[in-house]
Amino acid sequence: MRGFNRQQEGTTGLGYALQQTINGLTLGLIYGLIAVGYTMVYGIIGMINFAHGDVFMIGAFLSLTALVGLSMLGVSSVPLALGLTLIFAVALAALYGWTIERVAYRPLRGSFRLAPLISAIGMSILLQNYVQLAQGPRLKPLMPMLPGGLVLGQGADGFAVSLSWMQITIAVVTLAVLGAFGWLVRATALGRAMRACEQDARMAAFLGIDVDRTISLTFVIGAGLAAVAGLLFLLYYGVIDFFIGFVAGVKAFTAAVLGGIGSLEGAVLGGLLIGLVETFWSAYFSVQYKDVAAFSILILVLLFMPTGLLGRREIEKV
Amino acid sequence: MSRALRSAAGAALVAAGLFLPLVGARIDQAGSAIFLTWHPWPVLLMVAGVFTARLAWLRAPRWRPAPLPRPAGRIGARVLIGLALVFPLLPGVQRYQLDLGVLVLTYVILGLGLNIVVGLAGLLDLGYVAFYAVGAYVFALVSGAFGLGFWTCVPISFFAAAICGVLLGFPVLRLRGDYLAIVTLGFGEIVRIILLNFVSLTGGPNGISGIPRPTLFGLGFGAGNGAGSFAGFFGLPASSLYRFGFLYYIVLGLALFVAFVTHRLRRLPIGRAWEALREDEVAARALGINTTRTRLSAFALGAGFGGLAGAFFATRQGFISPESFTFMESAIILSIVVLGGLGSQIGVALAALVMSGGFELARDFAEYRMVVFGAALVAIMVLRPRGLAGARAPSVTLGPPARIDPGLLASGRG
Repeated sequence: MRGFNRQQEGTTGLGYALQQTINGLTLGLIYGLIAVGYTMVYGIIGMINFAHGDVFMIGAFLSLTALVGLSMLGVSSVPLALGLTLIFAVALAALYGWTIERVAYRPLRGSFRLAPLISAIGMSILLQNYVQLAQGPRLKPLMPMLPGGLVLGQGADGFAVSLSWMQITIAVVTLAVLGAFGWLVRATALGRAMRACEQDARMAAFLGIDVDRTISLTFVIGAGLAAVAGLLFLLYYGVIDFFIGFVAGVKAFTAAVLGGIGSLEGAVLGGLLIGLVETFWSAYFSVQYKDVAAFSILILVLLFMPTGLLGRREIEKV
Repeated sequence: MSRALRSAAGAALVAAGLFLPLVGARIDQAGSAIFLTWHPWPVLLMVAGVFTARLAWLRAPRWRPAPLPRPAGRIGARVLIGLALVFPLLPGVQRYQLDLGVLVLTYVILGLGLNIVVGLAGLLDLGYVAFYAVGAYVFALVSGAFGLGFWTCVPISFFAAAICGVLLGFPVLRLRGDYLAIVTLGFGEIVRIILLNFVSLTGGPNGISGIPRPTLFGLGFGAGNGAGSFAGFFGLPASSLYRFGFLYYIVLGLALFVAFVTHRLRRLPIGRAWEALREDEVAARALGINTTRTRLSAFALGAGFGGLAGAFFATRQGFISPESFTFMESAIILSIVVLGGLGSQIGVALAALVMSGGFELARDFAEYRMVVFGAALVAIMVLRPRGLAGARAPSVTLGPPARIDPGLLASGRG
C-alpha cells in the first residue's frame, strides 16, 4: 500500500487511523467504479464477467499510452492532458467491452450454464497475455502528475494527516462519473431499458426493447467506468503491469457481492468497505496477507449474507 | 460491395481501433524518460487477419461436428490404454519422451479429478490447483518429518486433500454456480498466499526440496547398480531410464485407478445423482436427492484425486514451490476438462494429451502460447461447447420408446 506521506513512527495514534481512512476511501472509490461494471452485467445477464478486471487493466494501459503520447506532443497543461486521456481511454476501453461481448458472450447466450463463465475466463487469459505480449512484462511507470496536497492537521504524536491533490482528484472524478451514471440509469430511456432487461429480458423484448443493443451498451458503459478506474489507479499508484486486472477484479467483484450484486449503490458501498478493510489490514496487521483479507471477506459474505448489504433476495424460478 | 465484405471491413475497422493504441504504440523507457515507440506492421497484420477471418467465417458453410458414438469411445479407450501401457517399451522412447508421458498423465489425473467436480456434478471449481498444492505439500512435509516413503504418503495426501475439499465445500456448496466459481478462486489464491508467506513451515518462495523418490518394495532407482537399487537387485546394467520408466508406470497406474473409480462411480446411485444435479438442480432436489451431500462427495473425491496428483508431482520433481500452483494451472486443468467435453473421460485423456503436448511443442513460442490458449478457450465455447468428444449425454438413459400401433398390437408385438 503506497499511501501519501506514510510514516513508520506513530502508527498507533488517531492521526494515523484517520490517514488510513482517507487512503482506504480513495482506494475504495476505484474498486467501486470497477464493481459497478460487475454488478450491472450480473444484473442484466446473470453472468460474472470474468474479463472485466482485464478491461480495467487495458483502461490503465490506454491511459498511460495517452498520457505519454500527449507529453510527447507537448501538451503541458495537466487538466487538459487528463481530460483528453479520460476521453481516449473511456472510448477505446468501451470498444474493447463491446467487442468482448460480441465475440465471447453473445454467441453463448442460451448455451449451458457454465459456458459463458468459461469463455470469460478464456477472454481474461487472452487479454492479459495479449497486453503482456504487446507492451512487455515489465512494470510501466508514470511520473507523478499531481504532487503535493493539503495538510489537514497534526495529531498529538506529531503525525501529519494529509489529503493529496491526487486523492481529491480521484474523489471528484469518481463521484462525478458515478453521479452521471446514476442519472443515466434513473432518468434516461437507455437506463429504463437496462432496468427492464434486468427484471425480465423476454418481457422487455415483447415490449419493443432491443435487448441485444441494451446488453451491448451495458458492456460499453461498464468498460467505460472500468477505464476511468484504470486511469485513476495509474495516477494513484504510478505503476501498472499486465497483471493488475486479476487481483483488482477479484476485489471489485467481492465489493459487488458485499454490496449486494445487482445493486449499483451497493457496489460503491462495497468498494469503499473493501478499500478500507484492505488499507487497515495492511496498516495494522500484515501487508503480505492483505489479499487473504479481501478473499476471506468474499467467502464470509457469501456464506452469511449472500444477498449482500443492499441486495434483493433472489427467487429461483423453474 | 457484398454484405460479407462490408461486415468484414467493419470488423477490420474495429480491430484497428483495438490494436492501434496497444500494439501499435508501445510504452518504452530509457533511463527516466518514458516515450512511445511505433510498431505499425503487427497492427496491419492483425487487422488483415481479422478481415480474412471474418470473411471466411461468413463465407464458410456452417460446420456441425457430430458427437462420437458411444462404442467408438469404448474402443478408443481400450486402444488408448493399450498404447499407454506399451509406450515406454516402444523403440525410440528416451528420457525426454518418458518425461513428457509422465507430464501428460499427471494432467490426465488432474483432469479426471476435476471432471468429477465440473463435468459430472456441474460445480465450477476455479481453485482446483489448491488441492493439488495441498497434496504436494502434505506429501513433502509428512515424508520429510516422519521419514515415510512414497507409498505410505500417497493415501495421506489423498485424504488430506479430500478433507480440505470437505472443509471448503461444506460451507460454500450451497452457493449458486458462479458464486462457487469465485469462492473457489479465492480459496486457491488464499492457499497460494499462505504457502508463499508461511515461511517456517513451507519454506516460502524457496519451497521444499529433497523430497524422497518412490521405491519398489524398498528398491531405489538412484544412479548406479548397487545392492539396494533396482538395477542391482535384478542384475541389470545401471541406467537412469529405469527411474523414468518406473515413474511413468506409477502415474499410469494412478491415472487408471482414478479413471476406473470414476467410471464405476458413474453407474452407482451417487454418480447418477451427480449428473442429475448437473442437469437440473431443482428437479434433482424434488426427487429427493440430498444436494449438499451429493455435491460434497463430488467435491471431496475430486479434491482427493487432485491431492493424489500433487503427491506424485512432489515425488517426481523432488522439489516444490508455490510457483507451480498458480491460478493459471487451475485454468489449464479446467480447459482440459472443457476441451474434453465436460463429463467425458476419454475426452479428458485426449484433451490432456493435446493440451500438454501442444504446450510442450509450443515451448519455442512461449509468449504466444498463453494468448492462443485463452483464445482457444473462447473458441471452444463458441464453436463446440461440448468439447472434442462431447459426451454430455447422461450415463444412464431409458431405451427407445416402445412403438405402439394397432397392427403390432393385433399381432401380439405391441
